[in-house]
Amino acid sequence: MNAAWLPLTTLAVSLVAAGVIFLLPEDARRLRTSINLLAAVSKIILVTLMVGRVSQGFEDTFSFQIVGGVEFVLRADALGVMFAGLSSLLWLCTTIYAIGYLEGAANRKRFFGFFSLCVASTLGIALAGNLFTFLIFYEMLTLSTYPLVVHSGTAKALAAGRVYLRYTLTGGVVLLLGVVLLYSLTGDHSFASERGLSPYLNDHRGLLTLIFALLVGGLAVKAAMVPLHGWLPRAMVAPAPVSALLHAVAVVKAGAFGILRVIYDLYGIELSVALGVTTVLAIAASITIIYGSLRAIAQQELKPRLAFSTISQVSYVILGVSLFGPFGTIGALAHLLHQGLMKVTLFFCAGNYAEELGIHRIDEMDGAGKRMPLTSLAFTVGALGMIGLPPIAGFITKWYLGVGAIQAQRYWVVAVLVASSTLNAIYFLPVLHRLWFREGPAHGKGEWPNEQCLGRMETHGWLLWPAVFTAVVSLGAGLLAGLPFSPLDWATRVAVGEYLP
Amino acid sequence: MIWRFGLYESTFEPQWYSHWALLAILVLPIFIGLLGAFFTPRRLFPVALACLPILLAGALLIVDYLQVGLLRWQWDIAGVELSLRFNGLSGLMLMITQWVGTAAAMYTPGHLQLTNPGKHARWLWPLMGVLISALSLIWLAVDLLTLYAALELMGLAAVGMLLLSGKPDALKAGMRYLLLALVGSLAYLLGVALLLGYWGELDLKSLVEVVEPSPVSWVAAALIGAGLALKAALFPLHGWLTPVHENAWTPVSALHAALVIKASLFMLIMLWGILLPDALFAPRLVAWLGMLAIVWGGLIAWRAESLKTLVASSTVGQLGYLMVAFPLLLGSAVSPLPGALAWEGFWLQLMGHSLAKAAMFMAVGNLIIATGESSIKGLAGTSRRLPLSLLIFGIASVTLMGLPPSAGFTAKWLLLQAMVMTQQWVAVAALLIGTLLTAAYVFRVFRYSFDETAPRHQYQPLAPGMDLIALCLALAAFALGLLAHLPLALLQGGGA
Repeated sequence: MNAAWLPLTTLAVSLVAAGVIFLLPEDARRLRTSINLLAAVSKIILVTLMVGRVSQGFEDTFSFQIVGGVEFVLRADALGVMFAGLSSLLWLCTTIYAIGYLEGAANRKRFFGFFSLCVASTLGIALAGNLFTFLIFYEMLTLSTYPLVVHSGTAKALAAGRVYLRYTLTGGVVLLLGVVLLYSLTGDHSFASERGLSPYLNDHRGLLTLIFALLVGGLAVKAAMVPLHGWLPRAMVAPAPVSALLHAVAVVKAGAFGILRVIYDLYGIELSVALGVTTVLAIAASITIIYGSLRAIAQQELKPRLAFSTISQVSYVILGVSLFGPFGTIGALAHLLHQGLMKVTLFFCAGNYAEELGIHRIDEMDGAGKRMPLTSLAFTVGALGMIGLPPIAGFITKWYLGVGAIQAQRYWVVAVLVASSTLNAIYFLPVLHRLWFREGPAHGKGEWPNEQCLGRMETHGWLLWPAVFTAVVSLGAGLLAGLPFSPLDWATRVAVGEYLP
Repeated sequence: MIWRFGLYESTFEPQWYSHWALLAILVLPIFIGLLGAFFTPRRLFPVALACLPILLAGALLIVDYLQVGLLRWQWDIAGVELSLRFNGLSGLMLMITQWVGTAAAMYTPGHLQLTNPGKHARWLWPLMGVLISALSLIWLAVDLLTLYAALELMGLAAVGMLLLSGKPDALKAGMRYLLLALVGSLAYLLGVALLLGYWGELDLKSLVEVVEPSPVSWVAAALIGAGLALKAALFPLHGWLTPVHENAWTPVSALHAALVIKASLFMLIMLWGILLPDALFAPRLVAWLGMLAIVWGGLIAWRAESLKTLVASSTVGQLGYLMVAFPLLLGSAVSPLPGALAWEGFWLQLMGHSLAKAAMFMAVGNLIIATGESSIKGLAGTSRRLPLSLLIFGIASVTLMGLPPSAGFTAKWLLLQAMVMTQQWVAVAALLIGTLLTAAYVFRVFRYSFDETAPRHQYQPLAPGMDLIALCLALAAFALGLLAHLPLALLQGGGA
């Protein structure tokens, strides 16, 4: 039984929400908030339904024809549902956070409208059943995030928006070229087909490699792999919820997820290895990991440091994929979720510091743990998870990646992992040290840059609880990794599906 | 080429209602236009009501075509045989003409109310009617003389609409346009005379049978091609386009960019298909010019200071996409699959551009009316006050950029696939670069409008429906992209 309505409705929820929000007047604040939350909650319910369906072995598919030989396909498969689950969960958190964050700010209608569009695109990317559909939502994501990046309308934001477009649109064009080449070689190729592209290997080896390079090159722009990462740190001028959602989930993960799709569901892992592209990818990912970490150390402000950390962390996913073996795959897939949770926590906290205390630079954070204990605890959980300390989620993925590297007999990858963890510690531990062990304004030394006292607790509740929630989930994902439907369990299910068809 | 343009005998007689529908689509626009001059509608609703029978007649014709295949009418008037035909392509073009025409007509009352148009404004209505009738005739005509008459009628109506505003700049641009249009017609007429003198045929169907590659057909094709290219504003003969759009009223610009120049292009493709069945050089030349057009139009639009210049120059670039496809449409050397893909992509691009460009002109017109500024810099800070007009501009520009989920994207996809199959890598590059250039000039508009530091202006409120009409057009381009196989099925139908 095929429930075609399920993926379609899930996608439509945020599209409709976006439409309604655009129709509402700017000052209909309550109604807009209700619609936002209602859409986010119903989306989680729908995605949960989909998870249930997929675990029962169904793959609900919705499709219609666009032109001859090209179909629009939405399919709920294990990998897609995983990403959909992540984005819908974090959408709820970020929506709550954004409502609190933008309290009283201008242009909220535009913000939430495009925010919903952006999530709809992410969901479309997750559920896309072939490369054409993927491309549609991938470009939609580019367009719908631009207004969010330039939201504040300052010269700096506008310049960042321009750089963002330059990178992503060029990436999109390269991707388009790759997709067109592939379609003219093989025709419409569903992600669900088991064959992979291996029948074409003998005759079209060079072309396949070229197409792979184009596809992954186009996707790597959004995944912010070095040297295509330049837009990400600049895009940090966007409001904190945008940084949180875009840079933890939507944009960078869309790129990484696309690379996963290309390798697992389009080329097939054996073919990718046979073409020799995985080694190149592993090297590129390693360079990105180390380079991102090194640059992060050099940042004096909190958000850019987190941005470079994102650049570094997202490439773990790519690294895991390019290790040929089940453990690497599990590590990569689990990291897609874990990194999203932890990074969103960190960005929420950074936003809280900026809103409540006016803190933007790291050297202003002295003693903030006393003033904002819950936020700082959440930040600590996120940061330690990023370093890879047990029992937080980040440890699980690093462990699996390490095992995968050893199984694949690529010992230099282990060295990269160790080096990267060390670098993570170098740029996160001083922050934690400042938070908890230095004396600052909370102890009567100096003043906060711009203290606001937004709520009865340490800050506005709408800002605080999402951060605490995601921190708890990151902790839970690590502690309870063995339970069914944990990120690790689901990643294992996907990996098993890939390796044992 | 013969079946693509429906130049063959029909199998069945048209149904009885088709005769009336034919009469309605050709005569009703003029008649309703004249009524408009008398009653000068001030609201949108009566205009919509008046357009309804025309739309209905168009729909009836398509229904009949789907039932019986190619429709053909023949009359014998004073020893001269006159015939019209209606195939899938005519149907598509007619539909676009009527719907964009209706949208422009519905937009007009609001626009006229807000812009203080002068005393001649009432004559806009009959001219608009003549324009729509002439366009409809072009899609249906099958002999060189009828085509000429319709083309001339359309051109004169377009010039008339431009002159109505009475501004000196508009007069200057209009006279220049008139002059060039006449030169174009003259070249076309010379070509026709040559054909008539040599082969003695005006009917396209008979012409297909007698024409053979010879210097006569080449010269005739060159003359006709040059004349029509001038009227279609194909690069490098596009110089008159920007001043015309700069000074025209918004609904006139919308009609002109969406439909008028497309008619000449339609004729160009059809006549070259007949005169140059095995041409290699001419389509390639057009394609190379098209590549230049994409780059040139994009650069000019990028540098543009005024909003209307930007939109007008973008038309030059967008026509380039169509020109680049020429080698895949003409000539017998093209293998069937890429040929068919390019054929579909070409018309889809043309229709998508019509819808999007009309929407964009209306959005820009709204912005200009509301802010009172016609420069891009004058838009600073509008995103807060005029979000809807900007959103429409954005949706329309998605189609122009060729990004999904728009008709521009699907069309570009089809064209790219055809070009990859025939290994025209330069054309592929031109199409992709076109996307980036378009993005560059479109987002320049947004960069100014998102500027929050700009001082606040007083904004003139818009008449009801002005934004809505543009929004519908822009969204129609999206729908066309996602459901492209439905209209394209019309192109394939009747393929005997």
